Amino acid sequence: MSAVFKTDETFRDDFKYSNSPAAIRRFPLPFSEDKYMYSVNIEPHVPGPIGSVTEFQFDVDEHYIGECRDHDLVLKEDPRRYQALPHMMSAQWDVLELLMDNLSKDYPAQFSLTKQGNRWIWHNQLLGIRDEFTFGDPSTLPREPLDYIARQAQGDLVVMDQRDGDFYLEAGMVTTQADWSLDFDLGMTFKEWHGPVPLAHELHIFDRALKFLLDLRINAPVRRLNWTMTINPRLDTSPEFYPRWGPDRATVTAENVADKAHLRVELQGLWRLPRSNAMLFSVRGYLISLRELATIPKWARRTHRTLRDLHPALADYKGLTRFRDHAVNWLAPLDDGSPTTPGGAPE
Amino acid sequence: MTQNNTFSVHVTAVTQVTPLIKHFILQAADGAPMPAFSGGSHVIVVMKDAARVYRNPYSLLSSPNDLSAYEIAVRRADESRGGSVFLHDQVTVGMALQITHPVNLFQLDKLARKHVLIAGGVGITAIAAQLEDLKIGSAHYELHYCVRGPEHAAFADRLIKQHGDRVRIYHDSANQWLDIEGLVAAQPLGTHLYVCGPTPMIDRVIASARAAGWANSHIHWEHFTAPPVGAPFEVFLKKSQKILNVLPDQSLLDAIEEAGVEAPYLCRGGVCGECKCQVLEVDGTLVHNDHYLSDEEKASGTLIMPCVSRVLGKTLVLDL
Repeated sequence: MSAVFKTDETFRDDFKYSNSPAAIRRFPLPFSEDKYMYSVNIEPHVPGPIGSVTEFQFDVDEHYIGECRDHDLVLKEDPRRYQALPHMMSAQWDVLELLMDNLSKDYPAQFSLTKQGNRWIWHNQLLGIRDEFTFGDPSTLPREPLDYIARQAQGDLVVMDQRDGDFYLEAGMVTTQADWSLDFDLGMTFKEWHGPVPLAHELHIFDRALKFLLDLRINAPVRRLNWTMTINPRLDTSPEFYPRWGPDRATVTAENVADKAHLRVELQGLWRLPRSNAMLFSVRGYLISLRELATIPKWARRTHRTLRDLHPALADYKGLTRFRDHAVNWLAPLDDGSPTTPGGAPE
Repeated sequence: MTQNNTFSVHVTAVTQVTPLIKHFILQAADGAPMPAFSGGSHVIVVMKDAARVYRNPYSLLSSPNDLSAYEIAVRRADESRGGSVFLHDQVTVGMALQITHPVNLFQLDKLARKHVLIAGGVGITAIAAQLEDLKIGSAHYELHYCVRGPEHAAFADRLIKQHGDRVRIYHDSANQWLDIEGLVAAQPLGTHLYVCGPTPMIDRVIASARAAGWANSHIHWEHFTAPPVGAPFEVFLKKSQKILNVLPDQSLLDAIEEAGVEAPYLCRGGVCGECKCQVLEVDGTLVHNDHYLSDEEKASGTLIMPCVSRVLGKTLVLDL
């Protein structure tokens, strides 16, 4: 990992955010062909190519410091973005252990973990955090275990308890969400939580996904990609703060669409947690402007075709309707009609 | 082959704890901690002898709070497929075994206000680790442990030491019988019931609880029946274009794997549903020994769980 960690990025107000050429090349384009429809696109979360976003279980990239700062800003203003029901404490420790074990193994220059029995020492160089605590004893950490570790991870973490053949969303930290609310969904079953998604219920996607996840085993995590689009590189597009970002959609013009409209890709991971038998669901977001995206010719062609032909119900649900034409029109001259190779990687 | 990733453990102690049950301690070769797990979990132990590969599920009965070792206890079942006999007769201290990561199909409900656990015989192995999880929680719990006689009460002393008067032991030989109907009728609202033991016991506990008005969501059981020995039969795997013979002491799933065909599985005990197969043709009768398919599905003759079920007759054609 040779990323240079940016220190002054912002995801609000002045939006100081961009992707380096290396970050663009490793961007996880979610379109494996020239069109898009829902599917149960779940695959084993096994290591991907060196340098890719799936090389490790948890991806840490050049935006780490700014994203962690944005977690804190959201939580300060709206503390209910972190919630955990009392019976989720063993799952909280599971998540803390999973993150600390993997981050310290995969990024030894940035994170270190020393275990002397239950006495653990955690050192996060990037955020300047060093704590010594007793694993299993919440009183020895400055915050609850999930609150503590989720602030030190890019993206959102959600934990589901398994009961009676279903999953219940009962803990999480959600500050970088594509318009859904932990506070609203807390306590819901798997299908209730996914209630607003169009078309997928009719395709029985959630029946199959639930059955699959109930069988998910320890040490066999899975992942999938999801996507939407966001105006400005804003992480916190939450229902709670809709008045702050909803109107941004009306500011998009033919002239500014390439810099304002961002493809927002979620790398979603699922892990069976060993002590609690609960399920961790991580949503790690990646933002790229259309201008940055179009530096890869294959991606410009493919994204043009995908957005142009997207099912109207999906475009509405993803909130693209107001600016989709601008995006398609800007991409159209970059699409010479030549074929694209299968898969999302650059040619 | 990655779908049930196994890892190697060493047998560091073997103890005959009852006339029929042997207790095994399993540890990592390098002394590292074992992977964490939750009470009610099992592992699949993969064993090889000259002739065959056995894959048997065994509950982890050690404490989830002590990961220095895993413990399993194995009841010798001479009449079954041979995995337990192999463990009893062939496995000694110092040997290496392959096991899968733990899987929990019998987990505690974390919202229960009270837990009533009922174990029959070797069924205690599925419940012992649950008790350890409960001990550090705040909910009430009690164990009712039924055995044939004191010499069969494999872990009675240890359980009483750990859990004191929360443990009640019933000896058949002393004519002590658990009043299941009375027990389930007397529980406060919010209680969850867990049972592991012989099939008739499980059936009776479930029926009693339902008769007393319990919700299905509050009744939990683990049904690890050893697959019964049956007559041999022939199988044709249509997709793989392979013909194989299932031996009397071999499960259909074992035979499929031995033929080099990768079939999905999880529990190998007829409860999880993972290995469900489409039956294309059968010359004979399907003998369903699983606890997964509904009565209608069993009657339809189109589905089979190859981990425990077989055919009484000549041939079976599967969509594999």
